[in-house]
Amino acid sequence: MNVLSLFVLVPVLTIVAMVLVRNAAQVRVTAAVGSVLQFILSVGLVLFYLAERRAGNMDEMILVHDTVWYAPLNIHYTVGVDGVSVAMILLTAIVVMAGVFASWKLEPLTREFFVSLILLATGVFGFFISIDLFTMFLFYELAVIPMYLLIGIWGSGPKEYSAMKLTLMLMGGSALLLVGILAIYFSSGNGLGQSMNILELSKMHIPLEAQRWIFPLTFLGFGVLGALFPFHTWSPDGHASAPTAVSMLHAGVLMKLGGYGCFRVAIFLMPEGAHELAWIFLILTGVSVVYGAFGAIVQKDLKYINAYSSVSHCGLVLFALLMLNQTAMNGAILQMISHGLMTALFFALIGMIYGRTHTRNIYEMGGLMKVIPFLSVCYVIAGLASLGLPGLSGFVAEMTIFFGAFQHADTFHRVLTIAACCSIVITAVYILRVVGTLLYGSVRNPHFAEFKDASWFERSSTLILITAIAGIGLFPLWLSSMIGDSLAPVVSRLISLL
Amino acid sequence: MQIEDFLLMRHEILLTLGILIILMADLFRPHGRESSFSGLAIGLMAVITLAGLLPVPQGSLFGGMYVSTPLFTLVKNVLTMGTLIVFLQAHSWMTGPLTLRRRSEFYILLMSTLLGMYFMISSGNFLMLYIGLELASIPVAAAAAYDKFRMDSAESGMKYILSSAVSSAILLYGISLIYGATGSLYFERVAAFYTGTPVQMLAFVLFFSGLAFKISLVPFHLWTADVYQGAPTGVTSYLSVVSKGASTFVLLVLLYTVFSKIALLWQPMLFVVAVVTMVVGNLFALRQQHMRRFIAFSSISQAGYILVGLAAGNQLGMSSVVYYILVYVCSNLGVFGVISAIEHATGKLRMDDYNGLYHTNPRLALLMTLSLFSLAGIPPVAGFFGKFFLFAAAAQQGMYVLVILATLNTIISLYYYLLVVKAMFINSNNTPVPFFRTCCVTRTGLVLCALGLVVLGFAAVVYQQMFDMSFGL
Repeated sequence: MNVLSLFVLVPVLTIVAMVLVRNAAQVRVTAAVGSVLQFILSVGLVLFYLAERRAGNMDEMILVHDTVWYAPLNIHYTVGVDGVSVAMILLTAIVVMAGVFASWKLEPLTREFFVSLILLATGVFGFFISIDLFTMFLFYELAVIPMYLLIGIWGSGPKEYSAMKLTLMLMGGSALLLVGILAIYFSSGNGLGQSMNILELSKMHIPLEAQRWIFPLTFLGFGVLGALFPFHTWSPDGHASAPTAVSMLHAGVLMKLGGYGCFRVAIFLMPEGAHELAWIFLILTGVSVVYGAFGAIVQKDLKYINAYSSVSHCGLVLFALLMLNQTAMNGAILQMISHGLMTALFFALIGMIYGRTHTRNIYEMGGLMKVIPFLSVCYVIAGLASLGLPGLSGFVAEMTIFFGAFQHADTFHRVLTIAACCSIVITAVYILRVVGTLLYGSVRNPHFAEFKDASWFERSSTLILITAIAGIGLFPLWLSSMIGDSLAPVVSRLISLL
Repeated sequence: MQIEDFLLMRHEILLTLGILIILMADLFRPHGRESSFSGLAIGLMAVITLAGLLPVPQGSLFGGMYVSTPLFTLVKNVLTMGTLIVFLQAHSWMTGPLTLRRRSEFYILLMSTLLGMYFMISSGNFLMLYIGLELASIPVAAAAAYDKFRMDSAESGMKYILSSAVSSAILLYGISLIYGATGSLYFERVAAFYTGTPVQMLAFVLFFSGLAFKISLVPFHLWTADVYQGAPTGVTSYLSVVSKGASTFVLLVLLYTVFSKIALLWQPMLFVVAVVTMVVGNLFALRQQHMRRFIAFSSISQAGYILVGLAAGNQLGMSSVVYYILVYVCSNLGVFGVISAIEHATGKLRMDDYNGLYHTNPRLALLMTLSLFSLAGIPPVAGFFGKFFLFAAAAQQGMYVLVILATLNTIISLYYYLLVVKAMFINSNNTPVPFFRTCCVTRTGLVLCALGLVVLGFAAVVYQQMFDMSFGL
């Protein structure tokens, strides 16, 4: 029994337990226990990983375990982690835990909700621990499909439309991915010794002609989930209609699957293709970054604002990955974690505010700082993290990204980098505008005065996230070096191949 | 030839005995007393299924007219199991008041069809194949008209027999041309002489068209929706699963053995037919409201996916087609099980009637969801693995365009499968299907499907077995 498989086993057992227990209260407790357990496990994993590295274990992946599954196609159940996946697992565990607490009072069909939520988490954890393309793809789809029910049943607004749009677009992405995976498999190893294992594949050479079409296919496939322009349109609708915890998980974790996949599969396995075609996607991601930020400015609905801001921030992740150098890629991973935490916090707070005001239109609210100070302060913190204030996680990530991006001396990269940098200013505009309208000023609606501030589960949900954001902002070095150590071999291979 | 040699024909002999037993039981039934044959038929099919699992020697009989290999036995087992599940699911219908006085017919007809399919699969000669095919078609037409006082059931029987006759005629024409071109009807000799002269090409195309009717490939699919809609649910599920599976397998074996030398002809042909079948099936399924009609179009598109694997022409293709047939049996019977349970309890058959089903009958809704996800190819159910292998087979031959078209089609199909899921879980309904309990026999049939869906994907041993038995061009 491999330790990493626990990350899939624990959620599965949690689901079984939730099906068996008697009432909604017990379901909630089970979900909470399961997610806390998962969190403890992932903290343990981080500590173990750091200890291994300090002890001088320089393997590319640690805790590797391999079981043959389908021999005819060389499909194995292979798991293993490096610094990047360990960081993503920790992020997932934190966001899932916060998400469970944030949906504590959710009704109706509480049991079904938590089962779907944890099923989604199972898919995400499975995705991050797999290093076999097939298992990875399986977990990827497993993570996407519960979204349909989660948004369709418990969502708000045009939920059926959004759920269908989201599911079909993401599945469309995964259809491209399926072709990409098969193509990678069959073009590896020149006909003999084909493999689905990412580590083995990275040592085999995929012919350049094949890379020229497989790279765009896989990058697009994962890019759809990473809200790559012009395939981002599912994201605003989906986020706006989804219930709180689902928005948190989706923006916080699921969209990271896209970025992680682009890194682990598209760029890692096809470096020459990436180098040749990066410019197309750099332009698209550049558009994502700027367009997303402008999109957020004109929105009135809190969730739409955040959804567009997610498009912008996730665009930055892909943008940085495509810079193909150590610093920028390090920043991309940091940005994934930072954005995951901060957007989860945003969506949690929006859910809590909406639960009280029953509106998400910022112009119908105002002066919330006077009635619900705790939530309002948290909102300000989230906003500041989002616009990249030093001391919070956003600064570390964006700083690293732009630092790395500027290392390219040619005009094309420079222009794009400067354009992307502008998004910081635009971000500041929409964040400060929202904070000003929403939290300060006079209390618009007399009913608002009766609001109660956050309850214990709301406090725990937000505090978990804020602690993590501030933790990364104040002590970024351990995380940054953990990621950097794992990126170094990847990047050196990239450079040596070019 | 020794008496032990007949062990090779174990499936056929047992099934013939079974048919005779039911016939006799009906004949010597005490006068004026109604009895149900459901238990008897299920018992017999269970015995045949179990007997099929025993190891069997391989070989041929009657001078090569009848051939048996482990792969053939395996497919026969799959079909037997499918029939068993159909019988289990039809139990409450067959013990109900609607089918009084002619219950044995249903079983005799369907089992005769199955016998025809056994012969069809095991044939080593085109005449044998043709006889098997006819035995597999004519009783189904009678079964489709089983509710003969219902207009559309009678119409469905009529439509089936007419289109079946036309397709048989075309097929027979193809066979006669094959004989003319090669001078033999034995598969082995035909294969040796099949080099791709123009007459042989024409013969092949005619032969293929005849089989395409049975598998309801576009453009030979026009009978499907009407027949599925009119026939009783038990017969429809049999038709869409067992009948289709058998014909597909026969096509597979013939393409990979007899017609292997003209692969350059049939590969592009299958490419086109596969794409057209998927697209037409999917587009027509989008707007269907009647559940049986809906499944009719869905199963047309499923046949298109199977063709993707068939077109590959390698070992992976053969094994994945066989595997997909098995998965398809479980998934489609899961869907039909739920449809027939609901139809039997309430008489409702439209998609609107499924609104809010989860709130009243959560287990049925969950099984339906699992089965539909399996048809759509969503993990972790078996259909995901099945589709992956089919597409992998085509990708191995470098047919990436076909794979891309097929995966895009799965997205279209996902849309309409999700419509049913949406109806069951999300839509509200003032008069939902009330809560009901299915009888334990029917429930066994449903549970078997659910088990198959969950286990088949993870248990790699099943696929491994099929892969070891398969061969490429």
